[in-house]
Amino acid sequence: MIPAQFEYAAPTTVEEAVRLLAEAGDEAKILAGGQSLLPVLRMRLNAPEMVIDLGRIEALRGVRDDGDAIVVGAMTTHADVHADPLVREHAALVTEAVSHLADPQVRHRGTFGGALAHADPAGDLGAPALALGATFTMVGPHGSRTVEGEDFFEDLFTTALAEDEILTEIRIPKHTGWGAHYEKFVRVAHQWPIVAVAAAVRAEGGTIAEARVGLTNMGSVPLRARAVEDALVGKPATAEAVAEAAALAADGTQPPSDLNGDADYRRHLATVLTRRAVLAAAGA
Amino acid sequence: MTVTEDRPSVEPEIGQARKRKEDYRLITGRTRWTDNIVLPGMLHLAMVRSPFAHATITAIDASEARNAPNVVAVLTGADVAEVQGPLPCAWPITEDQKAPVHPAIAVDRVAFAGEVVAVVIARSAVAARDAAELVDVDYEDLPAALDLKDAAADTTLAHPDLGTNTSATWIFDSAEAGTGSPVEDAISTARDGGILLEREYRQQRLIPAFMEPRSTVVDPTGEQITMWSATQVPHILKIMLAMTQGIPESKLRVIAPDVGGGFGGKLQVTPEEVITLMAARRTGKPCKYTETRSESLMAGHHGRDQWQKLTLAATADGTVTGLKVELLADMGAYLGLVTPGIPILGAFMFNAIYKFPAYHFSCTNIFTNKTWTDAYRGAGRPEATFAIERLMDELAHEVGVDPLAIREKNWIKHEEFPFATVAGLEYDSGNYEAATAKARELFGYDELRAEQKRRRESGDPVQLGIGVSTFTEMCGLAPSRVLGSLNYGAGGWEHASVRMLPTGKVEVITGTSAHGQGHATAFSQIIADRLGVAFDDIEVLHGDTQVSHKGLDTYGSRSLVVGGEALVRAADKVIERARPIAAHMLEASADDLDFEAGRFSVRGTDQGVAMAEIALAVFAAHDLPDGVEPSLDAEATYDPVNFNYPHGTHLCALEIDTETGGVRMRKYACVDDIGNVINPLIVAGQVHGGLVQGIAQALWEEAVHDDAGTLVSASFVDYLVPTAADTISFDIEHTTTPALTNSLGTKGVGEAGTIASTPAVVNAVVDALRPFGVSDVRMPCTPERIWKAIHARDGADDGGGATAEAAMPHFDEDQAGANDEGAGR
Repeated sequence: MIPAQFEYAAPTTVEEAVRLLAEAGDEAKILAGGQSLLPVLRMRLNAPEMVIDLGRIEALRGVRDDGDAIVVGAMTTHADVHADPLVREHAALVTEAVSHLADPQVRHRGTFGGALAHADPAGDLGAPALALGATFTMVGPHGSRTVEGEDFFEDLFTTALAEDEILTEIRIPKHTGWGAHYEKFVRVAHQWPIVAVAAAVRAEGGTIAEARVGLTNMGSVPLRARAVEDALVGKPATAEAVAEAAALAADGTQPPSDLNGDADYRRHLATVLTRRAVLAAAGA
Repeated sequence: MTVTEDRPSVEPEIGQARKRKEDYRLITGRTRWTDNIVLPGMLHLAMVRSPFAHATITAIDASEARNAPNVVAVLTGADVAEVQGPLPCAWPITEDQKAPVHPAIAVDRVAFAGEVVAVVIARSAVAARDAAELVDVDYEDLPAALDLKDAAADTTLAHPDLGTNTSATWIFDSAEAGTGSPVEDAISTARDGGILLEREYRQQRLIPAFMEPRSTVVDPTGEQITMWSATQVPHILKIMLAMTQGIPESKLRVIAPDVGGGFGGKLQVTPEEVITLMAARRTGKPCKYTETRSESLMAGHHGRDQWQKLTLAATADGTVTGLKVELLADMGAYLGLVTPGIPILGAFMFNAIYKFPAYHFSCTNIFTNKTWTDAYRGAGRPEATFAIERLMDELAHEVGVDPLAIREKNWIKHEEFPFATVAGLEYDSGNYEAATAKARELFGYDELRAEQKRRRESGDPVQLGIGVSTFTEMCGLAPSRVLGSLNYGAGGWEHASVRMLPTGKVEVITGTSAHGQGHATAFSQIIADRLGVAFDDIEVLHGDTQVSHKGLDTYGSRSLVVGGEALVRAADKVIERARPIAAHMLEASADDLDFEAGRFSVRGTDQGVAMAEIALAVFAAHDLPDGVEPSLDAEATYDPVNFNYPHGTHLCALEIDTETGGVRMRKYACVDDIGNVINPLIVAGQVHGGLVQGIAQALWEEAVHDDAGTLVSASFVDYLVPTAADTISFDIEHTTTPALTNSLGTKGVGEAGTIASTPAVVNAVVDALRPFGVSDVRMPCTPERIWKAIHARDGADDGGGATAEAAMPHFDEDQAGANDEGAGR
């Protein structure tokens, strides 16, 4: 289908993009890869007057080392994130999650920041970002600010980004040496996850010293399963011990009901997938 | 003139795994899809469609749209009410069948969500789409008939004027037909000491989901009106448009250019084709309409959608004695081209390969306020095969024997062919023993059964299920007399002609209409062998009623077994026309000539003449025998005497993760007996594609409507068409029992995989879950349904429940924050 007519701008700097966004106000949409925006426009679910394409802002691409963290530019494609050695070394959970994301075409067009800012609760990046304690930096006419992951995701498709702000980078604290696994449950390969669990584990000997667990599509925002994380500390990386902690995964969640499963089924899946993700991350 | 040198012996073309000659062009994009066609001054159409399943149209204000830039016209139902003929239904199954008038553009009431209420005609596709948003339609919502069983009880009427939702009831009874005994006797006998299985199965609604969306271009500027359309049936479309649109048939030309798949979904005369035709006639300019994928899923006809109530009677040892089939079939809102007949095609196949002495079939066709249903790959036969193959597994379980053993006990033995079935067909040939033995070995049946036993005994969270499907189908539609007896509106013959060109090239014209099947390649192979000309010297022409003036198109696995036979007969006529000319050229008696490998030779001599030489001599016509017409060209119209009965044994092994309900296919082996094979590569492609489509019904695909009648699975996000990533490598083999009803001994293969695979997969799911007390899981067997079935004994839902009628809201911008980046996942 054909989108409604819109103005198109392709700034080359963040400053220019912010200025254009301020001028256009709520009549503008940001294009950051287009893997969700273009279907929305083509199905005429939205008809913005202006589309601001961030694809030519070189400064928003790439991954850099920033001491105790790595920083991923918002416009880095999923494929580039997946191939990045820094991400692999210090945030293996992200590498894992990206490897399962959508299909190769989407991975080469869609971007890390674009997907996070779209805030689809079934998106594959929210849970690992949250689990690793990522922070989100955004720039607007009044400068830049940074928010924690749990403050960034506000609701279905809703983030802390103000109307005049652009997500520029995502800072992920290094989890060097942590085991990581993203356990994704789908019916067909190209589907959004029905439920997925992102787990990172620091094991000492056969014992879990620290664990981080994020849940995909278990509510209107990506969730962190803190009860599971706490229960895992000091436990042996055995199926029984992990299962006991994983049984807490769905506590307090309000997953959706849809064609792929009702809320109860999702709650059950969350416990099974959490057990599997944690065990795999722990190398057990 | 005479050629005496030895010719190199040529390998027969038939049987060679030639790559398809059409693929280079298709793969590199040198294509003529309908949407590629651009004509001078062409106008573009955009449809305005009803969001309501059932509503009265109280007002349409199109003034803003009419005044929008580059808009030429807006047509509403009221504007065309007097001139739009009804869309045709060519298969009224009973004398008293009820049917609503089916308008191309709804006039005062819409009966399904997606029905066209207006069309915008503009100078560009963009202008048309923009203006379509400006057409203001007032609806008054009416209660919608949505659930098939509720609709059958007339709780809400889909068409209040009809007074009922029942369109027709069609019955076949073996006692009445004289093909068997009364089924009620078998049932009462079975009730007393035998086995009586009473089951109810659901055939979910499916969407054909062909790759190329439907598209139509109409050029009214010539003496003939020309329509290009992404259709499977250019010939039928032409006749039907002539009959319903008041256009003399001779003033219409229909072209199906490159067509990207159909699966029955383009076996239709569509509202959009009629609307494009009306728009072109009204404006006097070429008009184009190409649907979006959303429109295709919503408003292209759907398939399947039945409730099947089944009663199988057997003796205590598992010998079948009777089968009673009671179907409810969802027509949707209207009767399309062959809608009412689709479930009836199954009537002859529920008895399948088994020797039922008594059989009763009844089907009640019901209207609902949903997109109408019609042909979808297999059309009636997958439904029948699913039911009987599920029942045979249930019977095996009841008797306590292996599912292959119960089938062997009941199937028609090799030596019993030809076999007159209880449904009144005569199966000409088959060898179920051979196909099954080969499949069993290919599959590693005994090893997998041993593994299943181990997993069961150890309580492995991953259980193994093994599913069997020993199917047959009737294809090669169809003997015209049989169609006549079923009140079908046309015959089932096919036409072909062969043109011998002066340079030695050959043009083959077929009335079948390929849309992905590879006719150009397979038919070239047939003609190469028959006439002894080189494969590359043969051009297959089709799909243009001005070139191929006569034909009944492509569906029902008919192109090879009916169209191919017409082709063979036309080629044989060419040889016979060439014979007296060859005799004249060789100064020999025609009776002394042999024809082999493209060459007539005088028996017992080294003298001969090649077909190409004869063609040139005929073109020159300088020295032909007296009274011989200067032409070798010939045509043939072939009406089959019987259907064609491919069969096969399909075996499927699935791993079921009992913790999640997840399914992983482990192995799929099939041995199909499709008679002689023209091109094994094309056959493998048909089998692979067919299998995936049938597996998709078992596991993934379902058209789901919400309680307002809106299609929920309205994009490929929610209508789960599998990709290569979701399938495994299939083990495909064949046995060869040539068909006796055509010269080449071929049988149809276009639908076989789809028909056979669905029950094999569901039988495997149920087989894995038997230890949990599960005897059925409704299709598609989603992980949720499987998991719930496993835990049904713990008080959860069983596997028969419906899924939540909601989609994941990935693109719902109403929910979105003000300035999210609308970017990738």
